[in-house]
Amino acid sequence: MTDLTRASAAELADLMARGETTSREITTALLERTEAVDGAVHSYLHVDRDGALATADAVDRRRAAGETLHALAGVPIAVKDVMTTTGLPTTCGSRILQGWVPPYDATVVARIKAAGLPILGKTNMDEFAMGSSTEHSAYGPSHNPWDLDRIPGGSGGGSSSVLASFQAPLATGTDTGGSIRQPAAVTGTVGTKPTYGGVSRYGLIALASSLDQAGPCARTVLDTAMLHELMAGHDPLDSTSIDAPVPPIVEAARRADVRGMRIGIVRELTGEGFQAGVQQRFDEAVQHLVDAGAEVVEVSCPSFTYALATYYLILPSEASSNLAKFDAMRYGLRVAPRDVDDPSAEQVMAATRDAGFGDEVKRRIILGTYALSSGYYDAYYGSAQKVRRLIADDFASAFERADVLVSPTAPTTAFRLGAKIDDPLAMYLNDIATIPANLAGIPGMSVPSGLADEDGLPAGFQILAPAMADDRLYAVGAALEQRLHAVWGGPLLDRIPDLLASAPTTPMATPHADATTKGA
Amino acid sequence: MAELTRDAVEHLARLARIDLDESELNRMVGELGVILESVATVQQAPTEAVTPMSHPMPLVNVTRPDQIRPSLTPQEALAGAPESDAQRFSVPRILDED
Amino acid sequence: MSAGDTEALMGYDDVLAAYDPALGLEVHVELGTNTKMFCGCATTFGAEPNTQVCPVCLGLPGALPVVNAIGVESAIRIGLALNCEIATWSRFARKNYFYPDMPKNFQTSQYDEPIAFGGHLDVDLEDGTVFRVEIERAHMEEDTGKSLHVGGATGRIHGATHSLVDYNRAGIPLIEIVTKPIVGAGERAPDVARAYVATLRDLLKALGVSDVKMEQGSMRCDVNLSLSPKGSGVLGTRTETKNVNSLRSVERAVRYEMCRHGAILASGGSILQETRHWHEDTGITTSGREKSDAEDYRYFPEPDLVPIAPARDWVEELRATLPEPPAQRRKRLQAAYSYSDLEMRDVLNAGLLDLIEETVTAGGSPAAARKWWSGEVARRANADGQDVPSYAAGLGVGPAQVVELETLVTSGRLNDAMARQAWEGVLDGEGSPTAVADARGLQLNQDSGALETAVDAVIAANPEVAEKIRDGKVQAVGALIGQVMKEMRGQGDAAAARALILSRLGQA
Repeated sequence: MTDLTRASAAELADLMARGETTSREITTALLERTEAVDGAVHSYLHVDRDGALATADAVDRRRAAGETLHALAGVPIAVKDVMTTTGLPTTCGSRILQGWVPPYDATVVARIKAAGLPILGKTNMDEFAMGSSTEHSAYGPSHNPWDLDRIPGGSGGGSSSVLASFQAPLATGTDTGGSIRQPAAVTGTVGTKPTYGGVSRYGLIALASSLDQAGPCARTVLDTAMLHELMAGHDPLDSTSIDAPVPPIVEAARRADVRGMRIGIVRELTGEGFQAGVQQRFDEAVQHLVDAGAEVVEVSCPSFTYALATYYLILPSEASSNLAKFDAMRYGLRVAPRDVDDPSAEQVMAATRDAGFGDEVKRRIILGTYALSSGYYDAYYGSAQKVRRLIADDFASAFERADVLVSPTAPTTAFRLGAKIDDPLAMYLNDIATIPANLAGIPGMSVPSGLADEDGLPAGFQILAPAMADDRLYAVGAALEQRLHAVWGGPLLDRIPDLLASAPTTPMATPHADATTKGA
Repeated sequence: MAELTRDAVEHLARLARIDLDESELNRMVGELGVILESVATVQQAPTEAVTPMSHPMPLVNVTRPDQIRPSLTPQEALAGAPESDAQRFSVPRILDED
Repeated sequence: MSAGDTEALMGYDDVLAAYDPALGLEVHVELGTNTKMFCGCATTFGAEPNTQVCPVCLGLPGALPVVNAIGVESAIRIGLALNCEIATWSRFARKNYFYPDMPKNFQTSQYDEPIAFGGHLDVDLEDGTVFRVEIERAHMEEDTGKSLHVGGATGRIHGATHSLVDYNRAGIPLIEIVTKPIVGAGERAPDVARAYVATLRDLLKALGVSDVKMEQGSMRCDVNLSLSPKGSGVLGTRTETKNVNSLRSVERAVRYEMCRHGAILASGGSILQETRHWHEDTGITTSGREKSDAEDYRYFPEPDLVPIAPARDWVEELRATLPEPPAQRRKRLQAAYSYSDLEMRDVLNAGLLDLIEETVTAGGSPAAARKWWSGEVARRANADGQDVPSYAAGLGVGPAQVVELETLVTSGRLNDAMARQAWEGVLDGEGSPTAVADARGLQLNQDSGALETAVDAVIAANPEVAEKIRDGKVQAVGALIGQVMKEMRGQGDAAAARALILSRLGQA
């Protein structure tokens, strides 16, 4: 009997298609798993038991009636709390949005609902997706299922940990500077940041509009491709959405063919600054691709030296403006200033924004306000936009010599909770390898490359492709996954410690109130 | 220049409508100074004659037809309001006209 | 200072003796599109509060803007009509500032890359001269919501305990039209300001892009004014008077600020660069927000919208759809209708040109059209506080009735006095001119015997006049016609009387 919590989305879809299980069975198994382990992992901010089961039952009925369903219909999914969901709280990990229930669905969520995937709940994240650890969530951090004392990555640590703790086979993410790829890397899961504009941003609570991109998170390359295909495609509600067919990503994932492909190793994204075990797994992965028929070239992208600085000017600038709407007037938190009788709207705004935003959010808003302010615009935001062009140009040159570029996804394996919380710059360095793709708008993926020798924790292998060539990510990712599974004798996650054996568990059979908001 | 005075941070916080208290302000001055020094390195890049890049994809002229789409109901619109009255959002007194 | 205080004012002539005024006008016009600038919400004026809002125009988290194609098209047509260049590359920008009626706390506007720039508009002044106003730019942006201030003096922001916000107006497309500094107008500055706004309003109306109703706020005017010492050529510190929303107020506000600035400068004071509020009731401005360094809008390119790069052939297509400029049309019609300058000015002041043109198109003569639309109907409209076109439209009276009335006269059924009676009946709602004439028994006396009798009697009674006419002074016939009409108790045909008198006196 298949363990429904460990099966891939593709396997679950097959089982349902063959009538060997139902969406209700799968959904129930996952909800039970959540009750058992999420007290320790804290992947979810909100679980929608009723809603998920209702969708599961509806899909089961339609399947029984012989209707043609989406390939992933009935496969449950967890949705990052950055995406608006009608009738479900959406907080973006912030206190300022505590209890906000949107009156509309993000386009991605609408597509998920239309395809009949039960939404299990909303996953934890760094507040407004600012962070690499989930430690900036207003509702407490998520934990890495490989080692509960360690970070699950961020901002999408709720989505990465929900997958690695077998609470869901699929999850959504958003990636502004690595928030899908870095969490995937440190949890031994897979995640893709599509080409900018490949997936609609409508209904994603914006961090930095020109960098944000939603994408799929899963445990296998094929599942990631299937979810990617579901999420992607033109949306007239997003002016930056690409009006062109989605590249053949599922086909590429199934073919897993890298023969004749030129794999470019980016000189600036390897070696110094990368943990030895991470680098070692990376080097082996490259060799696997060579064994699979690819050719290796080395490329240089000199402007990447400035990528982090560029990113930490553009992001705060856009964020300072995007987050201005949280002002206590129309929705969300409203806090009166202390010691002020009859406060004005201005005072209530300022008091609410002080109380409702966490430190990292405030830091970035102030930094962005500075970078855009008159007299400093040219030196900061203006310069950053120019360097951004240089970085995009570096990619363009590199892609003349290579079909894909590769690097370790993150410089290290998961660090300990609390290790970098007081050092913003050290935290920012986690994104050194993932940020350039966001600046240039190109697609990137992280797939597991193995466990680092020194700490036994997962490392990630990043693949980057030219804009609109997302299918190449899947060809390379799937080929690598095939070879590594053969070496490992199965998925990397088979080696993850048993949470139920170690973690203090909550009673499994407790009948929970539906739609419990957790951690508040 | 990569120096942020306390006055400057206070001014920025006011612009950004964040009521930082003394201890936050003091902490922020130090933290932002470090970050700013780091990000100021963009000014060292060779950017003469480089066109700024505001959008990652070179799309232009994306518009929609002038056709009415359904609005929210007033109930939906006001559902999240901290306060409402007479089908309007109720906000604290406003200091000055825009 | 508070709204009640009055400030020292300098006499207008004294201001002009010492200073040169410089004007700058910023006009915001709401486009008459079906939907808002960045979302599909309807734009109906006066709808129930918060019924025309959606995640986009409410600024809900996650929502994204998409540009209204007609908004761009209208902006380009306005730019072309103002003789502007149309940008080959134009972007939206965010103007960042906090205000409760602005849902995102930034206004999506345009900054250094407006859709149209560098134009001009020629305006006709009261003294018959033409003044060229240079246009800096015309750009696209969005309107804000509307606040109702509660708890203080009626509707005033000061003293209110809280405000109630309706976001129906938030996101309605606005075009902001900004002039370059207008210098050299001297004593005509208030007139230039008024005439510019009036001319712009006519132009926008002719373009069909807006209903340009200043009283409903679909056209709003901000007046910048500064004084510089006469002949110095150096621009002084300016004030920006907001929301001056009638033509008369534009003129008054300019004059008021000139006098206020003059008094301050003459007493050795300096002008505070600030926003002023215009008070329609008292005709004064009061101090608003100070324009200090604190105001830093942190403009940057709107990342959620992509650039607008209008194709040149599209721009030319739009240029071809432009209506004739109102000033040019006025000149053409005045010539075609043979109206004197005085007649034309009366027609324009009464807003009758459209009605007259329609009446002529429907077959009426220019003289009759002008006569009938500017007489009794104008008196009644004025008494009703309306302009003639809307008053007539309200009555269901239009060009067809005027043409019919004129036909009744030219066909000889009615004389002028009868036609006036018939027209009154029409305006009283008694039906068409023919129906009124029938009902009131209006009919010229066509009995030629009666006419001959009357003519002969009048000639006999006025031998001196008759002699003059025999000697060739034909113009004297008028005096006799009047008497003939009197003889016939108003039912005679004046044209027939004239012909008969002249023939009797050997002048036919």
